[in-house]
Amino acid sequence: MIELRNISKTYSKGVQALKNINLKIDKEDFIFLVGPSGAGKSTFIKLLLKEEEPTEGNIIIKDKDVTNLSRRKVPYHRRNIGIVFQDFRLLPNKTVYENVAFAMQIIEASSKEIRRQVPMILGMVGLSNKASSYPHELSGGEKQRVSIARAIVNNPSILIADEPTGNLDPETAWEIMKVLKQINRRGTTVLMATHARDIVDIMQQRVIALEKGRIVRDEQRGAYGYEG
Amino acid sequence: MKARTVKYTFSQGFKGLWRNRGMTAASIGSVAASLMILGLIIILVLNISNSAELLKMQFDEVQIYLQDDLSVQEIDSVGNEIEEISGISEITYESKEEALSKFKESWGEEGYLLDSLEENTLPNSYIIKIENLEIADEIVNEISVIEGIDEIKYYKEVVDQLLNIASFIRTAGLIIILVLVLIAVFIISNTIKLTLNARRQEIGIMKYVGATNWFIRWPFILEGMFLGFMGGVIAIATVYFGYNYVFEAITDQFFVMISVHMIPVESMMDKVILMFAVLGTGVGALGSIFSLRRHLRV
Ligand SMILES: Nc1ncnc2c1ncn2[C@@H]1O[C@H](COP(=O)(O)OP(=O)(O)OP(=O)(O)O)[C@@H](O)[C@H]1O
Ligand SMILES: [Mg+2]
Repeated sequence: MIELRNISKTYSKGVQALKNINLKIDKEDFIFLVGPSGAGKSTFIKLLLKEEEPTEGNIIIKDKDVTNLSRRKVPYHRRNIGIVFQDFRLLPNKTVYENVAFAMQIIEASSKEIRRQVPMILGMVGLSNKASSYPHELSGGEKQRVSIARAIVNNPSILIADEPTGNLDPETAWEIMKVLKQINRRGTTVLMATHARDIVDIMQQRVIALEKGRIVRDEQRGAYGYEG
Repeated sequence: MKARTVKYTFSQGFKGLWRNRGMTAASIGSVAASLMILGLIIILVLNISNSAELLKMQFDEVQIYLQDDLSVQEIDSVGNEIEEISGISEITYESKEEALSKFKESWGEEGYLLDSLEENTLPNSYIIKIENLEIADEIVNEISVIEGIDEIKYYKEVVDQLLNIASFIRTAGLIIILVLVLIAVFIISNTIKLTLNARRQEIGIMKYVGATNWFIRWPFILEGMFLGFMGGVIAIATVYFGYNYVFEAITDQFFVMISVHMIPVESMMDKVILMFAVLGTGVGALGSIFSLRRHLRV
């Protein structure tokens, strides 16, 4: 599904965020990307999204080399990837339903498709009864579920989450993890950058650990593995 | 682009306009102002050129003023020399006395006022008619070298002066318009910047979800085009009613003579409407594109 070959990323100020990363991620993988602050996790995600260009190496997604994708094609590339952020990024003046539907309007889905797909996805993340609520009327966990719904409503093959539980209490975080795991079971590759030790340790999924821009550990049923 | 996308684009564009009503008004006003000035210039330039053309047609006569101290023989010999020049269909002598009585006649009932003049300062002159107006200049040049001639009056001076005025107005006007258009583009691009900032978050999400660049840009460009177009419409209306008013005032009240030379409102609007709509819309689009280039990295 995702393959990185000799990927290095040096930012303009000479900061080496990633160094010679080689990696293969399968379709059914659920991956935790861990590592101390500044290790390069977010940079890794930005490269996959084509928000940043690698300084060296190649990125292959769904058997397609996207390293030198033209600007014009980037939007189509992004439709393969759903993205969830720590801070939810919902539109405050739109309802839950509208926030999710927005993602479909943007890629010019028909209103028939939208009417069918949005309620189904809201059901999946357990928000059917909140469809007409506005974000300020929701709890943090609910907001994050809306943002997950928005990320998957267009059926991307990959779901990327950058510290999705960072703003949530442990209990709510677990609800989110259940949703993510369920999405993964349906056949979506999930990649989650996180500092949540408990979650990583208990979930027993593949763990990729970054440190100073290098992969220092890649275990199939791994643990968080850092102190503090 | 699909129909619902068009709908989305329009609704987004108009939401932005309403949100920044003040800037919207300023943008429309700035485009309208530029185009109104352009309208004024077009009206002046076209009318003056038009009058100049009409004047040319009317003046196939050249009046040659003679120096005041010529003897009768000298006057005759000047006349003979003029007659030898080819291209002249008619030549008449007009003494200063005849000139005065003609002048009195032209004053009509008030002509008696001139009776009190102590001295007749009008010159003796020859009046010639030119066969072919195209060569008027050549003929005048040939005449001008003849001894005893004081001044040659013919349409060219008037026409040249009118054309000079027209070209001055055109040049000065275009500079003013250029400045005004730049200001309009600047104001519009600022308005668009405001809506852009108001929708930053939305745009961010759109990019992550995979909206194409043009899908993101169109609402803003449309918004700018609409601003410019509205400015154009206001300018068209102003030019129409303004010109109509002046035209009628002039015809009704004093100068029937002048209004005959004026281009009618309808044929003036023929030129103006399309031009203003296109220019206004174009200025608006330009403002948006400027703003998008500076403030939106897609
Ligand atoms: N746009 C940028 N320009 C320059 N340096 C950057 C930029 N973005 C990130 N960096 C640097 O690259 C390194 C990796 O940053 P990154 O955001 O990938 O870390 P992270 O693993 O996501 O950290 P955190 O856990 O705190 O989110 C850091 O040293 C950071 O300062
Ligand atoms: Mg990060």
